[in-house]
This record gives sequence, structure tokens and C-alpha cells, in this order.
Amino acid sequence: MQSSGEKVVLNDGEVLRVEKLEVRFYTYAGVVHAVSNVSFYVREGETIALVGETGCGKTITTRAITKLIESPGRIESGIALFRRRNGQIVDLLKLDDEEIRKIRGDEIAYVFQDPSAALDPLYTVGYHFIETVKAHRNNVSKKNIIYLAIKLLREVAIPSPEVRVKNYPHELSGGMRQRSVIAISLSNMPKLLIADEPTTNLDVTIQAQILELLQELQKRYGMSMILITHNLGVVAETANRVYVMYAGKIVEEGNCETIFYNSAHPYTQLLLKAVPNPLKKIEKLESIPGTVPSLINPPPGCRFHPRCPFAMDICRKEEPPKIKLDDNHYVFCWLYTKR
Amino acid sequence: MSETLLRVENLKKYFRVRGSFTKKVRAVDDVSFEIFRGTTLGVVGESGCGKSTLGRTILRLIDPTSGRIIFDGRDVTKVKGKALREYWRNAQMVFQDPHTSLNPRMTIASILLEPIKSYRIYVEDEEKFLVEQLEMVGLGKEHLYRYPHELSGGQKQRVAILRAIIVKPKFVVLDEPTSALDVSVQAQILELLKNLQKIYNLTYMFISHDIAVVKYMSDAIAVMYLGKIVEIGDADTVFFNPLHPYTKYLLSAIPIPDPKMARDRKKVIIQGEPPSPINPPPGCRFHPRCPFAMDICRKEEPPKIEVEKNHIVACMLYAKK
Amino acid sequence: MNIVYRALRILIKIYTDIRDRITPGWSQKNSSRIREWELMAYAFSKSKIGVLGGFMVFITVVLAIIGPIISWEPYWIYKTITDPKLMYLPPCLPPWCSGRPILGTDEWGRDIVAMSLYGFRISFVISIVVVFFGSVIGIVLGLVSGYKGGVVDEIIMRLTDIFMAFPSLILAIAFAAVLPSRIRGFLGENIWFRNILSTIFGLRPQEYPQLAALLSVWIAMVVVWWPGYTRIIRGTVLSVREHPFIEAAKLCGLSTWRILVKHILPNVLSPVIVMITFDMATATLFAASLSFLGLGPQEPVPELGYMISKAGRYFPERSLHVVAYLGLVLLFIALGWNLLGDALRDVLDPRTRRALEFREEKV
Repeated sequence: MQSSGEKVVLNDGEVLRVEKLEVRFYTYAGVVHAVSNVSFYVREGETIALVGETGCGKTITTRAITKLIESPGRIESGIALFRRRNGQIVDLLKLDDEEIRKIRGDEIAYVFQDPSAALDPLYTVGYHFIETVKAHRNNVSKKNIIYLAIKLLREVAIPSPEVRVKNYPHELSGGMRQRSVIAISLSNMPKLLIADEPTTNLDVTIQAQILELLQELQKRYGMSMILITHNLGVVAETANRVYVMYAGKIVEEGNCETIFYNSAHPYTQLLLKAVPNPLKKIEKLESIPGTVPSLINPPPGCRFHPRCPFAMDICRKEEPPKIKLDDNHYVFCWLYTKR
Repeated sequence: MSETLLRVENLKKYFRVRGSFTKKVRAVDDVSFEIFRGTTLGVVGESGCGKSTLGRTILRLIDPTSGRIIFDGRDVTKVKGKALREYWRNAQMVFQDPHTSLNPRMTIASILLEPIKSYRIYVEDEEKFLVEQLEMVGLGKEHLYRYPHELSGGQKQRVAILRAIIVKPKFVVLDEPTSALDVSVQAQILELLKNLQKIYNLTYMFISHDIAVVKYMSDAIAVMYLGKIVEIGDADTVFFNPLHPYTKYLLSAIPIPDPKMARDRKKVIIQGEPPSPINPPPGCRFHPRCPFAMDICRKEEPPKIEVEKNHIVACMLYAKK
Repeated sequence: MNIVYRALRILIKIYTDIRDRITPGWSQKNSSRIREWELMAYAFSKSKIGVLGGFMVFITVVLAIIGPIISWEPYWIYKTITDPKLMYLPPCLPPWCSGRPILGTDEWGRDIVAMSLYGFRISFVISIVVVFFGSVIGIVLGLVSGYKGGVVDEIIMRLTDIFMAFPSLILAIAFAAVLPSRIRGFLGENIWFRNILSTIFGLRPQEYPQLAALLSVWIAMVVVWWPGYTRIIRGTVLSVREHPFIEAAKLCGLSTWRILVKHILPNVLSPVIVMITFDMATATLFAASLSFLGLGPQEPVPELGYMISKAGRYFPERSLHVVAYLGLVLLFIALGWNLLGDALRDVLDPRTRRALEFREEKV
């Protein structure tokens, strides 16, 4: 692992800071540059959203944080500083498998897109709680865990949790399954919850319930949350800060409102115009011409330049620098360099 | 007002539950509406509400249990053989998942030639014709001899759309054509569909769970809940003046891509999930989740009430007492 | 780059060149398909077991084709009649003894290596024909059953149940009791058919009573073979049928028959090809065991199973080498097909192939 030039520190109030993360997949077809030079941070009690289209690397980024990348993928370089519960600051990418397992599922918990895949059909909901807690705290008795499970299931608004805790996953509806998964991921009171498209497979009405629930739980437990989604509506409803990703790179970061009302990067602007806002009258949706580039041979320079209406000569040659536009508002685009 | 292209009267589709003689899934239950030539009817509803079954039943991919389908002045509810082929020549469908709606073992060229050959449409130079058609939907010659898996999702959906409209049908059922696609691609496909509609004066039935997209695409909207249409009317009317509690609920649940609007707006969050269509609740099917449910809702099915012109709602709240 | 991959690429190249010469522009129109083949070749070449299996099958097929031609001893001469000492000669390596068969002789003093070359041909012909007919019947019934559903499906499936429930060995015994005499009569009258058949099996036309026994083994095996294919095909059809592209084909106005042939069949073929490969092994062993039990051909046909059964009488004192060698031959054939089938299953599944494309490490 290469060490970057300057020293990376975790500022006060920050839970996680990822610097210059680089993940590549070595395949038959070539080297896939899945995540390139991605840096971001999460403050205590804050929700950040990673937004982007399929294959932009948002899921891989979050999986890389706890080293959940499987062969042929490899974390090439980067730093992921994480403040543990006891105040100790660790670089997650430098921990060995045993140490990272202690953190994963305990201090950093995941909620994945497909709740049915996250639950083992052979075990009851209660057993999943027992397993999750026992993996990290072996001294807690089963009875206490079940009490905890019932309490958490009640908090995620599952009716009659005393019964549900004994149910098998197939006995629950899709919405209830996702609620149970959320409850299970909360069972160790994580500091950071990573929700990967938590509502994509659910109906709108259920989605609204789950998003409401996540926000409420976050406030109550003071967790930080990384929300991965492609749905800008979901971002607008829940996130504090937003990172927009395109083709394995972050193109813009900023506060939620900045991103929606003052977006600077052409990709963000086009993306926002591509989503119909049902409350507004829209005559024509802007569509982004072309398709997402292959990450095996990403275009040189700015990866968005083949589709960008403002592309200049320099965009085709050199990678755009990170430019500060405002507090908390950064963009990677040549349009904003001072000439 | 333009003429009616498709009229559906009291359409029902019940599925038998395996291993039971009495239980039936009422996937589509007593649905009536009409679509005017050159317009789009949007059908919204949550998964399992029967909207896809409705589309397939109208196209006779599934035979209806009862009711009538009148297409272009002809009753096609029971047609067979040649007449059914003639109906399919004029009524096509685009499916939700472009990955499974194209045969993985056929090249794009052979996929597109299939309807042309089957309906005996005369084409002078096949390759030239196909390239022209491909260019019309934003693809090109280089895609002609590719296999579906070599195309991106959006490109596949373009091929699927082209296969549906290549025989110049009058009516196309679009079953969630963009829900498997990314946002930026979704916008491209929606624009393409709108353009094609203008060029060929197509009539669409646009089925989706995404109300924002339906609103953008449709002239009229029908809201379905558990096999029934609970509200139907002009798109703007249904959207800005929703009457049925379920429609209101559905509208408030959509995430709005605008932080201020999203956080300022009043939300109606109702708990609970749609019940199973196997044994739907008696009376109004929404009553167990409805905050305004009255006694009568639990007993009697709500009548269809035309509150204003072209705006029909099935709810006791609007029945004249 | 490895040798197998390179060889397969050359084969593909030769094929495309030929097609190009027949219809100009073919390779350009089918470039995607050729790429797919190359990927399959790559996937196959990466599987060591598959390459080994492929090599064994290659040898089996080559020996089956040229075996009776290159065999240096006729099978119909009983040497022990003139020289009883030749019976069950033990193996003997060249430096110590020359002129004698290296791996020894059988009951009639024939070189067992030469005899096994005939055996390769016989077992290969039996297994390929059984698997061919079995799979064709199975595919047709499976397609109809899976796609039509309802009463047709019920009838076909119950029929396969009946055949699967039938003890195949007993059926074969019954057939062996009844059929050979009739087939013998038929072969006796139709000399041209007898000649073709004997050429296929690499035997002399005089052996037609034995050919009749071989045919009865065939028929008995085909009868019990097809239900397996019907089941597999029906299951695959049931899942393929649910894909929207079938509905799209209906909307294109295609007839049921065309949908079955153009849309469903190509999508169910991969599991069948894999099953055929595995079945080549099973059929070889099954045919050998039928003739081991005496239900197949008799003297002097050098059928592998029958030769083992004969050698069994002097086992193990005098005939250990015969049983061991012929057993190894059967093992070689069966193992080759099985290994090949195992690799093909991965190669032919587009999902694992695609996954392999992204799983391969190159650094």
C-alpha cells in the first residue's frame, strides 16, 4: 500500500474519513478501475449520500471500507480512518481480518438492498439477532438478546414483535423483512450504518415508511449513516451531505441543498434534470447523451468528457482538480478553474 | 375529443390458487376504462396490485375471466387464430426487464426481423431497413449483428421498443419500461417513447409504480389497488386534486427530488402493507389502512362516482348520502 | 496464452474461413458469436480437469474410429485350438521377452490390446446411438410437455414415470430373450442392412447373430434412456417459458411450433449437451454391464463387458491382467466423458462464463 504525501487526520466530530481510495478488479477482459481516488468523510450523527448510476462504484466504495472486496478485486491504496467506540482511531484498511471482523457488524453495520438475501431462510428472526450479538459479545445471554430483539423490532414498527421474533423470514412481507434487517443491524448499536439501496426493492409507500424509520432511528441513536442510492428523491428527503459519483470517481460534493439548487458539475446538473419532479410541470426531460464508459479503459482526463456538453480540450487530457467553490462544496471540473 | 381506440368493460381476471377450489386470486377485478387514440393512459399501483396482469389480459396474453375488450371498434375478447394475430399486429407490448425480454441466443437483426417476417411486411433491403429503424431509436449499424448481452440495459430496451413498433401498431402496452434502468437512461427512453408517439400517433398504456414518471408520460392516470381502479381521471386532475385516500397517500409517499419541497410538504404516512389479493377484505379493499374508514366501507363495495367530468373515484366518502 | 486455447482458436478460425468462403460476409455478421466461441474456448482451456477429460475423450473417439482398422489381430481366429499354451499369457515387457503380446492374451490366445481396439468401437457406437435416440425422444416430449402444460403434460409425465419406475435390467433381459431371434431373422433377409451395421461396428458380416444381440441391447437401453432427458428438458422449458421474450414472440404472431423451435429449444440445449456428455459415460458402462451379464453379443465378438465376464472364470490366478486392463479401458472412457461434462457445464453456462470473464486474475 502506498502512503500518500500529506498526513491524514481525523478531525473532531468525524467518524470516518476515507482518503484516496483505489479499488481495482483484475479480470480476463482487463483491469477494471472500479473506484479511483475517492475521498470522503462522515461526521457524527450525519447522513451522507453516495449518489450515482449502476456501476459507478458507490457500493464497492463502502464495501472496501471494511475490506469486503473479494478476489479479483483488490484495494490498491487509500486510508480509511475510523473512530471506534472507545475513542481509538484506526485505519480500517490496515487492520487484519480478525480485527476488521470485530468492527464489521458491530461498530459498522450494513443494510443491503435485498432483505431476503440478508436473512437465512432456515433460521428465525430471533436467531439472527442472537448470532449478530454473540459474534461480538459472547457474554450476553440468549434471553437478554431476545428481549433486545423484541425491543428493537418494536422500534422499527413491527406489530406484535413477541410473535415475529419466532417467525421465519418467509413468513414476513418484504417491508417487514427490511425492517427486521434494519433492527438486526442495530442490535450492536453501531456508530456507522451503511445502507445500500435499502428501499430499491420496495414499493413507494413502504419506501416512505422505511426512510422515515431510518431517520428517526438515526436521531435516537446518534448514528452516522452512509446512504447509497440512485434515487435523487430519496437523497433529497434524507441526506445532509451528498457525494455524486460517476464512473468510479467523485465528481461533486456538497450539502444536500447546494447539490440540488447550486450544482456545479455538468453531470450533477444533467442528472437532476433527468428526473421528473412530479410537483413541477415539465415539458421535456433532459437526457444525458451516450452511455457510462467502460471502466476497463476509462476515458483519459475527466471521465465525463465524452458525454459533457461543455467539454474543453483540457478535459480530454488532464484529470480535473478538486476545486473549492464554497464551504463544504467541492467540484472536480475544469470549468471552475481560475485562468 | 378524439375517438376511443380501446375500451375495457368490467374486465376480470381471477387465478385459481393451486390446491384449492374456492380460493381465487382476484388479480384484476371489474376494471373499466377507455383510452383515446394518440393519448397515454398511465396505470399506477404498488407491486401485486394487478397492473401487469391488466396489461397482459388486454393484450390477450392471458385470457380474461369475464368482461369485454373492444379495440378499434371490434370486440377482441374472444378472438382466436387469424383475428388474434391481426389484433397483435396492432397491439404490442414493451416489457419491464430488457435483459429477459430479448432472446439471448438471437442477434438484434434476427430479433427485429421476426415480427416483419411473421406479419409478412414487405421490405426491399432488409439490412438497410433495419439500420434505418435502428437509427430512429438511437442505435446504429454496429448493433445489428450483436447479441443482447453485448448491449447496455438502455440499448436493449431501445431494441425491445423497436421490436414492438416495427410493425407500426396502433397501441402499445408499456409495462414498466424504465424501472430496470438508470435515471439518465430512463430519461432517454421516456423521450424516445414520446417522440415515437408523436411520429406514429401511437396510443400507450403506461404501467408503472413510479408516479413521477407516469405523471410525466400520461394524459390520463388510473390508480390501482388490489385489482381495482380506485381513481381515474386526467393526469393533472388526479395529481393535483386527488380524491381517494389511497391516491393521496401514494402521492405523499413519492420522494421528491427537491430538498425544500420534500421537507416542507405534509406527509401522510400510513402504516401497514397491502393485504394479499387471495382473500381481499370485504367492502372497500383499502379500508383496513384507510384513516377515513367508515362502517359502510367495511361492508359494501364503494360505487364508482364521477365527481367531475372524466374524474371517477371509487370511494364512499364521495357518495351522496 | 496456452496451447489448448491456441489450438481451439485455430479450429474456430478454420471454421469461420470455410463459412466465409461459402457465404461472403458471414464472419462479419456473426462476429459476436465467434467472440463467444473464443471466450468458451478460453474458459475451457482454463479448466485443467476439462482439458484432461477432453484429451481422454479425444483418444477414445480416435481409437473408436480407427481401432478396428489398425488392430493387428483378427478377432475371429481361435489360436488356442492349435496352440493351447497361448491361453492367458501374462503381460510381458520387450526387454525380457519379444514377439509375445505386451499385455498378454485372453482365453483364445488373442492379444488383449488388439481386442480392446475393437471394443472401443463397439461401446462407442452403442453409447452414441443410445444417447442420440434417447435425447431426441426426450427433447421432443420434454418440449411439448413443458410448453403445453395441462393434460398433455400430465400424460407425458406419467408415461415417463412408468418408464422410470421400470427396472431397466429386467427390461433388458426380457428384450434379450425375445428380440435377438427376430432381429436375426430380419438381418438374415436384409443383407445390405446387415453389411452397413457390421461396418459400423467394425465386425464381419458373418457375425450377424451377434449383431442382433447388440441391437437388442440398443433398443432396451433407448427405451429406458429417454425419460431422464424428458424430465430435464421439461424443467428447463418451464423456467424459460416464463421469460418475457416468449410472450414477445407470441405477440409477433409466431406459431407454437416456431416458438418451441426458435425460442425455447436453443435456450434449453446447454443442459442437454452436458447431460449427453455424462450419459456417454453411463451408457458405455451400462452396455458393458449388460453384456457382462450375458445379455449382449457372444463369441467371438470382443465386447469389453463380455470379455471381462469371460476372464472372470479364471480370475484372479490366470486372468488378472485381462480384467485389470479391460477394466482400466472402461474407466478411461467413462472418466474422460465425465471430466469433459464437468467442464462443459461451466463453459456452456453463460453466467459462469461471464463470471469467469471477470474473475480471472492476470497479474
